[in-house]
Amino acid sequence: MLHIYCPHCAEYREEEEFHCAGQAHIARPLDPEACSDEEWGEYLFFRKNPRGLHHELWVHAAGCRKFFNLTRDTQSYEIKEVYMIGEQPSVVAGSVQQTTASGAKS
Amino acid sequence: MTQRNRLTSGGRIDRSTSLTFTYNGKSYQGYKGDTLASAMLANGIDVVARSFKYSRPRGIVAAGAEEPNAVLQLGATEATQVPNVRATQQELFDGLVSSATNGWPSVDTDVMGMIGKLGGKMMPPGFYYKTFMFPESSWETYESMIRKAAGMGRAPRETDPDTYDSINQHCDVMVVGAGPAGLAAALTAARGGARVIIADEQNELGGSLLNSVALLDGKPAADWVHDVVQELGTFEDVTLLPRSTVNGYHDHNFLTIHERQTDHLADSAPAKMVRQRMHRVRAKWVVLATGAHERPLVYANNDVPGCMITGAVSAYINRYGVVPGNDLVVMTTNDYGYQAALDWADAGRNVVAIVDTRSVANGDRVEAARQRGINVITGSAVIEVQGSKRVTGVSVAALNSSGTQIVGSVTKLKADTVATSGGWSPVIHLSCHTGSRPVWSDSVVGFLPGPTVQRQLTAGGINGQYETAIALQEGLDAGQQALVKLGLAVVNVILPKTKALHVAAPMSLFHIPHLKPTSQAPKQFVDYQTDVTAAGIEIACREGFEAIEHVKRYTAMGFGTDQGKLGNINGMAVAAKALNKTIPETGTTVFRPNYTPIAFGAIIGRHCGALFEPERYTAMHKWHVEQGALFEDVGQWKRPWYFPKAGETMQQTLNRECLAVRNSVGILDASTLGKIDIQGKDAREFLGRVYSNAWAKLAVGKCRYGLMCGEDGMVFDDGVTACLGENHFLMTTTTGGAAHVYEWLEIYHQTEWPELEVYFNTVTDHWSTATITGPNSRKLLAELTESDVTNDDFRFMDWKQITVAGVPARVFRISFTGELSFEINVQANYGMYVWEKLIEAGKKYDLTPYGTETMHILRAEKGFIIAGQDTDGSVHPYDLGMGWCVSNQKPFSYIGKRGMNRSDCTRENRKQLVGLKTKDPKQVIPEGSAAVLNPNAPKPLSIEGHISSSYWSESLGHSIAMGFIKGGLDKMGDTVYYPMADGTVIEAEICSPIFFDPKGERQNV
Amino acid sequence: MQKYSGFGLFKHSLTHHENWQRVWRNPAPKKKYDVIIIGGGGHGLATAYYLAKEHGITNVAVLEKGHLGGGNACRNTTIVRSNYLWDESAALYEHSMQLWEGLSQELNYNVMFSQRGVYHTCHTLQDMRTNERLVAANCLQGIDNEMVDAEQLQKEIPTMDCSKNARYPIMGASVQRRAGNARHDAVAWGYARAADALGVDLIQNCEVIDMEINDGKITGVKTKQYGMIKADRVGCVVAGNSGVLAKMAGFELPVESHPLQALVSEPIKPFLDTVVMSNHVHGYMSQSDKGDLVIGAGIDGWVGYGQRGSYGIIEHTIQAIVEMFPCTSRVRMNRQWGGIVDACPDASPIISETPIKNLFFNCGWGTGGFKGTPGSGNLFAHTLADGKPHPIAEPFSIKRFHTGALIDEHGAAGVAH
Repeated sequence: MLHIYCPHCAEYREEEEFHCAGQAHIARPLDPEACSDEEWGEYLFFRKNPRGLHHELWVHAAGCRKFFNLTRDTQSYEIKEVYMIGEQPSVVAGSVQQTTASGAKS
Repeated sequence: MTQRNRLTSGGRIDRSTSLTFTYNGKSYQGYKGDTLASAMLANGIDVVARSFKYSRPRGIVAAGAEEPNAVLQLGATEATQVPNVRATQQELFDGLVSSATNGWPSVDTDVMGMIGKLGGKMMPPGFYYKTFMFPESSWETYESMIRKAAGMGRAPRETDPDTYDSINQHCDVMVVGAGPAGLAAALTAARGGARVIIADEQNELGGSLLNSVALLDGKPAADWVHDVVQELGTFEDVTLLPRSTVNGYHDHNFLTIHERQTDHLADSAPAKMVRQRMHRVRAKWVVLATGAHERPLVYANNDVPGCMITGAVSAYINRYGVVPGNDLVVMTTNDYGYQAALDWADAGRNVVAIVDTRSVANGDRVEAARQRGINVITGSAVIEVQGSKRVTGVSVAALNSSGTQIVGSVTKLKADTVATSGGWSPVIHLSCHTGSRPVWSDSVVGFLPGPTVQRQLTAGGINGQYETAIALQEGLDAGQQALVKLGLAVVNVILPKTKALHVAAPMSLFHIPHLKPTSQAPKQFVDYQTDVTAAGIEIACREGFEAIEHVKRYTAMGFGTDQGKLGNINGMAVAAKALNKTIPETGTTVFRPNYTPIAFGAIIGRHCGALFEPERYTAMHKWHVEQGALFEDVGQWKRPWYFPKAGETMQQTLNRECLAVRNSVGILDASTLGKIDIQGKDAREFLGRVYSNAWAKLAVGKCRYGLMCGEDGMVFDDGVTACLGENHFLMTTTTGGAAHVYEWLEIYHQTEWPELEVYFNTVTDHWSTATITGPNSRKLLAELTESDVTNDDFRFMDWKQITVAGVPARVFRISFTGELSFEINVQANYGMYVWEKLIEAGKKYDLTPYGTETMHILRAEKGFIIAGQDTDGSVHPYDLGMGWCVSNQKPFSYIGKRGMNRSDCTRENRKQLVGLKTKDPKQVIPEGSAAVLNPNAPKPLSIEGHISSSYWSESLGHSIAMGFIKGGLDKMGDTVYYPMADGTVIEAEICSPIFFDPKGERQNV
Repeated sequence: MQKYSGFGLFKHSLTHHENWQRVWRNPAPKKKYDVIIIGGGGHGLATAYYLAKEHGITNVAVLEKGHLGGGNACRNTTIVRSNYLWDESAALYEHSMQLWEGLSQELNYNVMFSQRGVYHTCHTLQDMRTNERLVAANCLQGIDNEMVDAEQLQKEIPTMDCSKNARYPIMGASVQRRAGNARHDAVAWGYARAADALGVDLIQNCEVIDMEINDGKITGVKTKQYGMIKADRVGCVVAGNSGVLAKMAGFELPVESHPLQALVSEPIKPFLDTVVMSNHVHGYMSQSDKGDLVIGAGIDGWVGYGQRGSYGIIEHTIQAIVEMFPCTSRVRMNRQWGGIVDACPDASPIISETPIKNLFFNCGWGTGGFKGTPGSGNLFAHTLADGKPHPIAEPFSIKRFHTGALIDEHGAAGVAH
């Protein structure tokens, strides 16, 4: 069970208080009407889904109800950093030694 | 004295407190401090189980969590039955009732045992994959026979009388295991000021020291344990948890501890006590001091009762004062195995021989045995055991130096007990739970904890360190490391002195050869509980199951309730030998939670029965109950479903309620609708972005209905939003959708449009809502308010802040029934008061309370949708015929706009919501019914759509239905067919879904 | 292929089972294959089998990173049913169901397909509507499914609490009596053995680390252990790794990989002889032939490749089981584990062409992959053989996520509403 630092509350709280809202940094196209069906489909449904570092959007649903981002290793489940909406991650793929796909059991 | 194996002195039992228990209906005596297993051994009970596949008699092998055989049914009453209790872990209490789980007519004389003997040869691993296939229809018959024979204990058929709970804990250092390493770690951390929890599965802290005759500082080890436990007890921030198994080690240092609070006291928890408790622990640092499990050796007939592991023999003698036999043969690959013989001899019984597989044995324990005059036979092994329900003798033969072959002749020895030691396997289970892969160590001859990202330290036996002095030191080191990591000052602990014994190197040997090839030798068991033999593993390997996971799955090795604690490494060794590989080359063995089984009741704690999920009530709930309402579960809410009067059928009630609304006035508790207060200068702009229709011009004092779509254009919620002030709105949502809508608003505000100044607050519970609807609703309202509620001053879709029954109220003149309606919102605390005033004042209008079912009928008569019932995530507003609720003039591309313009959303022949009128007006189409154009066509038929809402309309005198039909909006007047399960077909005509008052005049009066 | 039978068992017992043949060879890979299937799970092995059996394409390799059937094939809760709502899904799963019936005989391997029935319990009026709709649709699709009321349900499942006392009393259930469960390992092994016998090379411990793509067309895969292996067509069937393989090929999928947890009790005497699922209280349970209660939990809400999830899910699941079966309170949980499910937004799978020519993906089965194994393999084999989808597979194209023609089983199950 994850132990998550809420940057708004400035406290570690249990995962049960949070809700993962999926991949972070998916900006809504500014002009949806200009998007083709393919582009709109990519925005709606297609995801990075990485094995390794992943930037996610979380909400402190049973707490301050605020959203924030975190960078998490989807293999080891380690949370590498937590950062505010509008900020960019400092831990990104390649910046730290990562678990490779080969390290995993099939 | 019937406890024929009980010593007259020694052990940690209280001989002055005699306890009575029964096993298979027969009564026995034991003492306080016994486990069920030690008491059974004291009484000379040999057979405790029949094996899973071959029905072989089985006895007690071990003394702890690793025991594979002594798995019993417990419970004195039907409701307190517990299946599969490990006798080695069950403390004895007076009145304990136990029985073997298999064997017919009894575990001693089991008919299946004959079948096992005869049919055993027909049951190699995976035999069921190879047969029971013919004829095709017969599998179910075979299967039911297999199922009856399988299983172990049985579940009770009555409800558990006990309660359980769980507790959240936080600590600096969680120490798992209270043997020498764990106690040293805990003491160090505690003295350093850390907040410590130390848990151990046994009834008292001390671990292996409780079974030992070793001296610490020249005194019995138990004295040191006593002192340390006492000192730990003086720290305010130290929690000692005996009878508490750390069962799971989860990510981010989250651990679960299963504490048995009353299982040692009685069949069922004494009054005011909980039976078991889960501790959900978040630890800053974890010290795993879980020790090691001894491995038995694999040899022919090694499952005959009387075959044990050496450590268990010592434990029964030293801790429980029980010698489990008379004439002992020890077989060992290492020095530690000698201890059992020394303890046995000290207990005054006969050690026939110690058979050491090493050609040279010269450690201190070996010398001690020789000095005692015990017959030590080196370079040899017990290759086979004689006996069926108890060992009667053993065959011993010399081995070559690698232990792979028998050299020389076979000697037979008489014995009733064989204790073997193939070395020790570190208890790495918890370290595996978080995904860490264990690493093989040739020097330890076992797996060690692998690398981990958890904040985890290890000490003692888990590291392959079995000497007490080293375990103590490693515990101290771990405690100090934890203090450093926590930023606390390091303290020192003076460890007790132990006599350093010389220990010679163990031999790496697991499977003892036999004169015959393994395939033909008597059965050599690897995993007792699942009846996996060395021959079985060889067959699996021969057949191509070469990965250890394949071997395990094909043979079922490790899939018992002991999860292969004794057998897994031996099995890997047998597989490695068969495949001519090393053990690590065959793979690793990974353990999953739980370490030992946990009662479901303990895992769920109080979250059962009424507390499974909280029930949400409105302020008027009590009134509804008193009126005899039946309730509908909507989300967590209990909503009145309908209010039957004596003697009414449900349909009669609904007819009465509907007519009351249409003819006079009805009242509905609408409090559960989600309510979100929205404020800020950009609130209006925000609404325009999240609803499909326009909001720019909604004036203060006005209400508007809105549809909410996802980015895919599909409708997911709807409701009325009122403009309370220029920058202030109150949004209502569906009852079930409130939480989702709220998060939806927040995510868009916080992540997409933070520049908009808008604030949201859920206020669902702040308000109580009484909806009065029907032609007389205005008259009723007027009775309770001074304000002008006439049509001139209070228009349809207006809202007003007025006083109702003396209580400030927001009254919304909106309608979900098509009638003149007022939704009266008051602070929830006044809800009941206002409701009762309305009821009182309404008497003269025959004010009729109605529930959700009548609400559904009334709205369906008007063709109003219910999100979730008339939508299913695949329909957009145009599919619902609600294009009027979509504004494409808005400058901002609202959520859903782009989605509903994708190619599939604008194609022909989409399913569209229409009304359906049955040809026979009396016939109500069942909800969910599927429409076809030709009911006589062969199956599979193409489905044209389904009925989403369907009712009898008493007001109209015929049935009404709403449903989806492909291209339905262009097919008005067409006929469709609804085939029923009974073969009949209902014919219906496609029509407008607005059945009642199509011009909408009644709500506007 | 050595034929298995009761008589064969007896014969082998006379020679101490020393002469059983290998179930599959352990070949070294060739330089080139007509078709490479990446992933030796149930779906991949079934694909290989049907390619050889029904399309005569035997120059086929299955490349498996670890051991055969070691992923979700051995981690699922083994439920097989075909009572899906939409015509497209119903056709897909019913195709699979018909292959399940008779699979043991076809493979000469007892996969223990047990048609003991699968019940979906209804706890609310909305549940009832959802299931009634499902039953009505299935009847027209030619799929057996029926409603039973609470009273009848209590008779059919005596250990379940069908009284009004529950927090969410059971109002009724839909039941597909042809549905049930099967022995998961046996399915993978049975397909592997049969595919091997037809000449398919099953290459274990062979991890694909790159793809050779020229001019938008795949020509081979690079493996960690054996270097480059060429192929005319490549099919990717790697539940739990689809995203990783797609990234190798240079595209993203409408798929996210989540932990899905399951657990078993200790083995107990017969307690439940059918399969019960509840979408409302979120739990499902059956009892294995060995006696374990096999219990499914929900998926964790975040991407996870660790084959483990959060403890809270386990707690909630067991709460649901005890709510429905109060007698299990004193039964003990033995073991829990996790798999990685590749979930599509509409809870329907992808059997599809991809932006890369000659590269095909079969993924996104979410929590329902096991039941789909035979059908998935059969249709994917067709797709690989023809280079274009089988008509039943056609709606399950990746393109549906662009056009909007989703097959939303999730929404239809009333879960999200």
